[in-house]
This record gives sequence, C-alpha cells and structure tokens, in this order.
Amino acid sequence: MLYREAGQFKTTYAADQQLFPIRQDRIAMAILLAFAFVGVPLAAATPLLAGAIDFNYWFSGVLIPFLIFALAALGLNILTGYAGQLSLGTAAFMAVGAFAAYNFELRLPGMPMLLSFILAGVTAALIGIVFGLPSLRIKGFYLAVATLAAQFFVVWALTKFGWFSNYSSSGVITAQKLVVFGYVVDTPVKRYLLVLAIVSVMALAAKNMVRSAIGRAWMAVRDMDVAAAVVGIPMMKTKLLAFAISSFYCGVAGALYAFAYLGTVEPAGFELDLSFRILFMIIVGGVGSILGSFLGAAFIVLLPIFMDLSATSIERSFGLALPAGLVSNLTLILFGALIIFFLVVEPLGLARLWQIAKEKLRLWPFPH
Amino acid sequence: MQFFFEVLIGGLLAGVMYSLVALGFVLIYKASGVFNFAQGAMVFFAALTTVGFISKGAPFWIAVALALAAMVALAFFTERVVLRPLVNQPQITLFMATIGLSFFIEGIAQLTWGAQVHALDLGIADEPIEWLMDKTGMNISKFDLVASGIAAALVAVLAVFFNKTRTGRALRAVADDHQAALAVGISLRSIWVIVWAVAGFVALVTGLLWGARNGVQFALTFLALKALPVLILGGFESIAGAIVGGLIVGASEKLAEVYIGPHVGGGIESWFPYVLALAFLLVRPEGLFGERRIDRV
Repeated sequence: MLYREAGQFKTTYAADQQLFPIRQDRIAMAILLAFAFVGVPLAAATPLLAGAIDFNYWFSGVLIPFLIFALAALGLNILTGYAGQLSLGTAAFMAVGAFAAYNFELRLPGMPMLLSFILAGVTAALIGIVFGLPSLRIKGFYLAVATLAAQFFVVWALTKFGWFSNYSSSGVITAQKLVVFGYVVDTPVKRYLLVLAIVSVMALAAKNMVRSAIGRAWMAVRDMDVAAAVVGIPMMKTKLLAFAISSFYCGVAGALYAFAYLGTVEPAGFELDLSFRILFMIIVGGVGSILGSFLGAAFIVLLPIFMDLSATSIERSFGLALPAGLVSNLTLILFGALIIFFLVVEPLGLARLWQIAKEKLRLWPFPH
Repeated sequence: MQFFFEVLIGGLLAGVMYSLVALGFVLIYKASGVFNFAQGAMVFFAALTTVGFISKGAPFWIAVALALAAMVALAFFTERVVLRPLVNQPQITLFMATIGLSFFIEGIAQLTWGAQVHALDLGIADEPIEWLMDKTGMNISKFDLVASGIAAALVAVLAVFFNKTRTGRALRAVADDHQAALAVGISLRSIWVIVWAVAGFVALVTGLLWGARNGVQFALTFLALKALPVLILGGFESIAGAIVGGLIVGASEKLAEVYIGPHVGGGIESWFPYVLALAFLLVRPEGLFGERRIDRV
C-alpha cells in the first residue's frame, strides 16, 4: 500500500535515468541519510540517551569500522562483482593506502588531510594497475593467485623497507592528527561524521559509475570477456580501469582505517585474513551490488560483536566460565557455515533478499 | 658449487612436500572442477585428529586409521552439504564455498582438539645423512629423503589407482566430461565422495609429514597458500604438473632466498614463488601441463 509506484510518471529523460526512480526510495534514502548525519550525532549529544548507551563505543567500535569496511567492500565489489576479476589482495591495497597517506602527511608538511587521502587512493590505484596487468593475459583462478602475489609482496615490502614506516620498529605507524580544513577531528562523533561523509560521496560516485558506459563495459567483461572484446569493448582499458578504481576505493578505505579507526597500524594488520573478511562481506552482502557491500559489511562487523555479547550474557546468566577460544572457534565455524549457507540458498546475498522483500512489498496487502 | 647443490637439493626435497599439498588440489580439481581452498584446512584437520587420538592413548596406526575415517566422513559431509546443492554453479561460487568450508573445518578441528601446538614423532630422525656428509660434505636431512620417498610412493599408488582400477577410470571419465560420464552410468555423487576421500587421504599423509617436521599447529593451514604457485606453474589439471611445479617452486625459492635474499633484506620466500609463477603465467597462461583452453563466443 505504502510502497507503490502507481501514478509516478516519468516525463523527461532525466527522470527516467535518476538513481532512485521510485519516490518512496528517494524519501527513504533521504530519511536514512538525515538520520545518519544528524539523528545519530544528536542522539549522542542528548544527555538522557548518552547516559543509557555508551556512544563512544558505538562510534569507534561499530559504526566507524562498519563504514570503512563497507568502503573497502565497495572497492572489491567493483572489481569482483562488476568487472568479474576475483581478487584476494584487497588488504594489500588498503595497506598501500594507509602507508601512503601517512607518508604524504609526514614528508610534505602542510599537506591537507583530504588531499593526502586522495593521493593515497591514487597511489593504491597505481599499484593496483601494476598487479592488474596480468589480468590481460590470465583469468579466473590463475588471476586470483596472481592477486595473492600483490598481497604477500606489499606486506613484505612495507615490513622490510623502513622508509615506508619512517624507520619505526616492526613497521608500526602512528597516524597523524586528523585535521580537515583547519578543523581538528578528535572525538569519535567527529571522526564518524568525517568517515560518513567520505563514504557517502564515494558510494554515490560508485552508484553512478556502474550505470555509466564504463560500468556497463565492466559487466559485459564479467559476463563473457571474449564476447565483450568481439563487440568492441577495449579489454585493456576496461580491466585496468576496474583494477585502478577498485584499488582507489580500497586505498582510501585503508587510509581511513589507519587515521580514523585504529590510529596505529602495522603491515601485519593487513594480512590475507583481512582480504578474506572483505571477500566474505561481498559474498554475504551481494556480489555486484552497491547496497550489498553495505549490508555485508554490517553483517560481518556485527557478527563477532553479537557472538561476544551472547557469550558474556550466557556466562552471566548461567554463572559458568566458557573455555577460552570457544567463542572464537564457534565464530569461525559460524562464519564458514554462513558463507556456505548464503552461497547455497541465496548466491546473490542479502541485497537480493532486500530486492525480494521490495517486490513483495509492492503487492502488499493485495496480492493481485 | 657444493653449497649451491646443498641448497638445490634441500629446496627440491622441500618442493616434494609442496607437491603433496598441490596433489590434493589437483585430484579434486580434475574430478569435480572445484578449486578446493580447504585443502590446507584438511591437512590441518587430519594431522590434528591423528595427534589428538594419539594423545588420548591410541596406538599410532589406530590413530591414523581413525583420522582416515574422519576424512572419509568429511568427504561425505562435503558432498552432501556443499557440492550437491551447488551443482552447476559457476566455479567461482564453488571456490568461495570452499573458503567457507576451510573456516568451518579449522573451527571444528580447534574446537575438538584445542589450539595448542602438538609434537608428532614418526620415528624418523631429522638429522643429516652421515655417509653423504662424509663423502661430499653436503648436509641433507634423512627425514626429507624419507618424506620424498613416501611422496613418490603415494604418487605411484595414485597413478596405478587412476590408470588401472575401475574406479580410477570412472574418475578420469568424470574429469573429462561430467555429462558424458553421467550418460554412461557413472554416479557423479559417489565419484565426488571418493575423490574427496582420496584427497583427504593425501591430506592425511601431508599432514603427518609436515606435522612431524614443524609440529601440528594452525600454521599448517597456510600450506594451501604455498601450494597455489605450484598449481599455477604445473597447471590445475595435471598430477605430473603438481610434482614438477613443486620441485621448481621448492628449489627456486630456496635458491632465491640464499642468493637474492641478502640483497633485498631477506624473507622473500613469502612472495617469490608467486612472482615466479606470475612471470611464468605471462608466457604460458595454462601452466606447464595444464589444458589449453579455447574461448568461444
């Protein structure tokens, strides 16, 4: 009844091409953005609520990592979901972004923070192009293994060459203070707002990109690259652009990961495990879907927290101590089982479930 | 020169161990077209189960038999829960499913047997062979030699199994063409169980050898990553490729570590095989012995 597009006529081409063609979607999106940008910080500032909920934990422990991982998953989704090139090196490109942003800030005094984030993304994009070159010749699993080369090489290089980490021991870097346009971003709320702004802009850009000519070229390459080449899509430009843009997103996510989330990072923090976590996000969320990147990131970030919470509540209510490692192993098992479950039941992920729900909602409550 | 040969032989023997892991991949890939990322987790699971039963007081061979039974059970479970529902899905989907499977297996293994490092003693000393030491001054470990002997025996057994037995021929038929194999009455499901069980057996042997060497610990799961460049070099479909690829990777990574490593700060073993494999792929995208694919529209 509420979610019905009857009576919404499109009279211009512009209206036909808009991002959210259904009015209810536009309203929902506006409400969501207003809530994220204004509602959440206001709630945190309200003394009554702030007393009841630990907002600092929610901001720096849940919301900020969620947004950053969503950005990284978005980057991987561009490469794997839209352009069809399986990558296992996401964490490496995040590491490049984090260390590049650090070095730009360190070595060029007076560098604006946002500019060094962008340059970090560009650096990651360049590295991404280098490791994307094999994709012109090899495909599928062979390519996935090639991206593993990026993963191991980058982590090794960042650890071995002290220059990258300003000769700190074991390559640990401490991110500089976040200053944006002369405005010091120090509290969790401010960092949340900064990350949210960056992620929103980049998600909007991605949403536009995948429906433009380049996005359609990516999908053609994904669906069948030989056919795409035959109809005249330039293979080299399309594939390398996918690697570059995907790495740019991952690089910016990495820079935010270091500057707005952890503060202190080391190369060992960007191991293969992180790449897999981001891959899981897009599997669970939906391969080839912008919304899916966000849903998957939310799921993978929240699951361990939920497991920990339920474990402590079980311990409290039954008054017994669970053996150490039990929860982490159970989380591991649950992760694995969920991946298989999603692939079997809904290979297109949470985003597809959302789509089905929308279809149902259009008919509700009259099924005919 | 003598030092060169010592490094080379040490590398080749280590390469045999890589070949063992790669072998498990190749078996499954040939028969079901699944790139089984969980092979490393299976190695870990098999070794941990054996050690677990030994620590419970079971004699060595009983423990091995029980571990083998566990691997067969795992094969049944995998076929039923992962492979059967995902039949006819794209290969990438199946690959991701095996990543999930590897998490699952790792979790189960550690939940059952605990996460601490276990020692495993196969009764073969890891010490230099004395007469070789006396004759040539080369330091070659007895354990490595026995391990490669076992690997060779395993490959021989598998070759006979694949070429001479009825089941082996059925496996090769499935590898060639799923539909044609189905049409002549070969049951895909039982073939998959068999091939996963055989891969489980290979994982068990690998796990015991690696476990005796480095201790049975979580790091065994990373063996899968060591096997990937081997697979690329050798080609996904070829048993011979797995062996040759393993030898090349083992030898070249040790030589690179010794001769190139010091110039760039060392530790290049972690990525050198990948870069080697990558360079190789640019020349020959299907690996040494892989089947050349022809893409058609």
